[in-house]
Amino acid sequence: MSTLSSSVQAREPARKAFGWKKLLRWETLLGLVVILDFLLNAKLSPYFLSPWTLSDASFNFTERAIMALPMALLIIAGEIDISVGSTMAMASVLMGLVAQAGFGTPMVCLTGVVVGLIAGGINGVLVTVFRVPSIVATIGTLSLFRGVAYAVIGDGVLKSYKPDFAYFGQGYVWGPVSFELVLFLVLAIIFAIVLHTTVTGRRIFAIGANPIAARLSGIRVDAYKFWIFVLLGAVSGLASVLLTSRLGSTRPSIATGWELEVITMVILGGISIDGGQGSILGVVLSALLIGCVTFGLSLLNVPGIVLAIVTGGLLIGVVALSSIVGYSGRRRRH
Amino acid sequence: MSEPILSLAGVTKSFAGVRALVKGEIDLYPGEVTALIGENGAGKSTLVKILTGVHHADGGDIRFNGEPVHIGSADNAGRLGISAIHQEAVVFDDLSVAENIFVTDRPRKRGMVDWATMRERARVILAELDPRIDPRMPMRQLSVAQKHLVQIARALSNEARIVIMDEPTAALSHREVEELFTIVRRLKAEGRAILFISHKFEEIFDVADRFAVFRDGAAVGQGLIRDVSRDQLIAMMVGRSVDQVFPKTVVPIGEELFHVAGLSRGEEFADVSFGLKRGEILGVYGLVGAGRSEVMQAIFGLTRPDHGEINLEGRSLKIRAPEDAIGAGIAYVPEDRQIQGGILRFPIASNIALPSLSHLSHRGFMRRADERALAEDYVTQLQIKTSGVGQRLEELSGGNQQKVVIAKWLATNPRVLIMDEPTKGIDVGAKTAVYRLMGEIVARGLGIIMISSELPEVMGLADRILVMRRGRLRATFTRAEATPESIVKAATDA
Repeated sequence: MSTLSSSVQAREPARKAFGWKKLLRWETLLGLVVILDFLLNAKLSPYFLSPWTLSDASFNFTERAIMALPMALLIIAGEIDISVGSTMAMASVLMGLVAQAGFGTPMVCLTGVVVGLIAGGINGVLVTVFRVPSIVATIGTLSLFRGVAYAVIGDGVLKSYKPDFAYFGQGYVWGPVSFELVLFLVLAIIFAIVLHTTVTGRRIFAIGANPIAARLSGIRVDAYKFWIFVLLGAVSGLASVLLTSRLGSTRPSIATGWELEVITMVILGGISIDGGQGSILGVVLSALLIGCVTFGLSLLNVPGIVLAIVTGGLLIGVVALSSIVGYSGRRRRH
Repeated sequence: MSEPILSLAGVTKSFAGVRALVKGEIDLYPGEVTALIGENGAGKSTLVKILTGVHHADGGDIRFNGEPVHIGSADNAGRLGISAIHQEAVVFDDLSVAENIFVTDRPRKRGMVDWATMRERARVILAELDPRIDPRMPMRQLSVAQKHLVQIARALSNEARIVIMDEPTAALSHREVEELFTIVRRLKAEGRAILFISHKFEEIFDVADRFAVFRDGAAVGQGLIRDVSRDQLIAMMVGRSVDQVFPKTVVPIGEELFHVAGLSRGEEFADVSFGLKRGEILGVYGLVGAGRSEVMQAIFGLTRPDHGEINLEGRSLKIRAPEDAIGAGIAYVPEDRQIQGGILRFPIASNIALPSLSHLSHRGFMRRADERALAEDYVTQLQIKTSGVGQRLEELSGGNQQKVVIAKWLATNPRVLIMDEPTKGIDVGAKTAVYRLMGEIVARGLGIIMISSELPEVMGLADRILVMRRGRLRATFTRAEATPESIVKAATDA
């Protein structure tokens, strides 16, 4: 490509080619809502602004937020996985058994991640090899994985974890800054870099925006999809380590319904459910927003049912607002 | 000469301040076919949408049998007896044929759908169009041509007096077009007025009695087909005289570049062998379904051939997937630029970069400056009309979209460029630009394999012509030997 190398130096630094204007508008909106809610919380509750309260608030969403990162990749690539809550339960149960068998904390953590990885691999094979639509495949594994968890321990509890295991879900890195929060922020930065600045990220967008054209452009569409499923599974395993560590015990019912909360976070973050659009910054902001709103309400002793209503209303409200703001300027084709 | 059944004068229509129709004028006569001709964006679709009641006209005069009328809704259009058959058959694939015909007014008995009557009436209408279509068949099982017939049946069931056909032949084979025209002539004989929209001049001269040419939203000419020549029509369409629609660049043909031997795959094609030389445009002609695209997709690695050898510059290639073909120097401009060719929501720069990302990155990180420079280079070279390389592909016209797709493949630095129907659905001006571009590409020493279903295109551009029929190569012609008759004979003979 001689034309390429010759013309590069002559040009001034490029403007961002990738629709930043549109993204920024969306993220600005989210950011404003976060700040608004933050101020509202601070005004309504005198305890809210203390560092330790805020630190507590972060436990409210970090595990789900960590899963929302690979889920965003998967939805951008045009697929979905609703089995992640069940994957967590299955991983937690096996971690409990491994701990019961007397293995140390490193082995327990490894088990959690590997179980998640295998679960993701199963979803990936169903979708890319057997061509089952991802929503159908993962409805199946949603039941299957949860079923495995119940089959193994019934209504029992596993809690023979070693004391050092508690660090992942309860530990602090510095002052009131929790391990979970640091992990989330580090992962978010890595995901943002991969998705927005690398060839891999560009290909993921292309796959979601038009899988046929992506395939014809020499992109290994199925391989990408498979590995994102595996990644999401592994991260769900990791989230299971955090949650199990925080609770200090395993029940087969843990993380029930989390899949929908994770997907809510992703959609609220501006990731198009049709694939091909969105940003990690949006997901981070939406995680903060959900965390802020739910914690703020719980400080005011609002019951859990109302929390669910507020989260649902928030999702519908913000998404509807975005489609009014975001698409009114689009040109009509005729 | 009878009076026009429908007459439009000075009809205007704007969308969000953009004037789509400035001076819409057309007369339709009972028992005559009027061809509506114009480049993309000339206002043809807007006119059709006004006639079918999808859009309101902003101003102007519409007269039906001399009386001023107001169409304004699909119901009114139906009441006036206006019925449209669209380019992409608008049908319900999961419903039966009979349900599709009576989609708006099902025969009823005591408030329930009267299935027996519906099927019987459908059978009577279909008997005259294509007796092979059973009213109970699910729509999904029909061919594209048969779906068009069902739409015609829908028009007939409505007692349509004005039938609008919007590029009805775009997806039809030669024989199917002939069958369609037989029916068009029958509709004509029954005294119906037909508005026929097509990009294909052969068809217009074959079937139309009158013409109306639109350019930039305004009627620029109307008259009788027998008084006009093809070149005059083209001149009216583009507003300038096009000396040559098919500018053939003379390029010295070099040594053999690419060779395929004994390529076979299941039922799709068998024993396909051909060579391609440097500087050569190899035309591949055949009917839809002859297996041409299937051969090219196997060469490009989208499917795996059962047998056969592929050689490029003397080396035998093992192609398992498109990335292997791209790496080896083969590029494929697919037939459908919007679904297969480009990503409509992506900016131009990202579209052009997509198959070349590994050259536009450093250790896996995108080099956006390089990406942009590459795109700007091709926008200049190919004269792509755009506000900038950050503009989304969907905002470009069809011809410019096709140029972006071609640019995307040229950027991979190929030796062999396969182009599947490279000018499908783009207007005459853009076609000529693509033909020129093809000439420039082969002048650089590349070889082009061009699949085309348009005879004038194949004959005007190709140095050699392969003809496929039912999965096999049936004939090869040099440019000098080829005649329309011999090519069509090879493509259709049983």
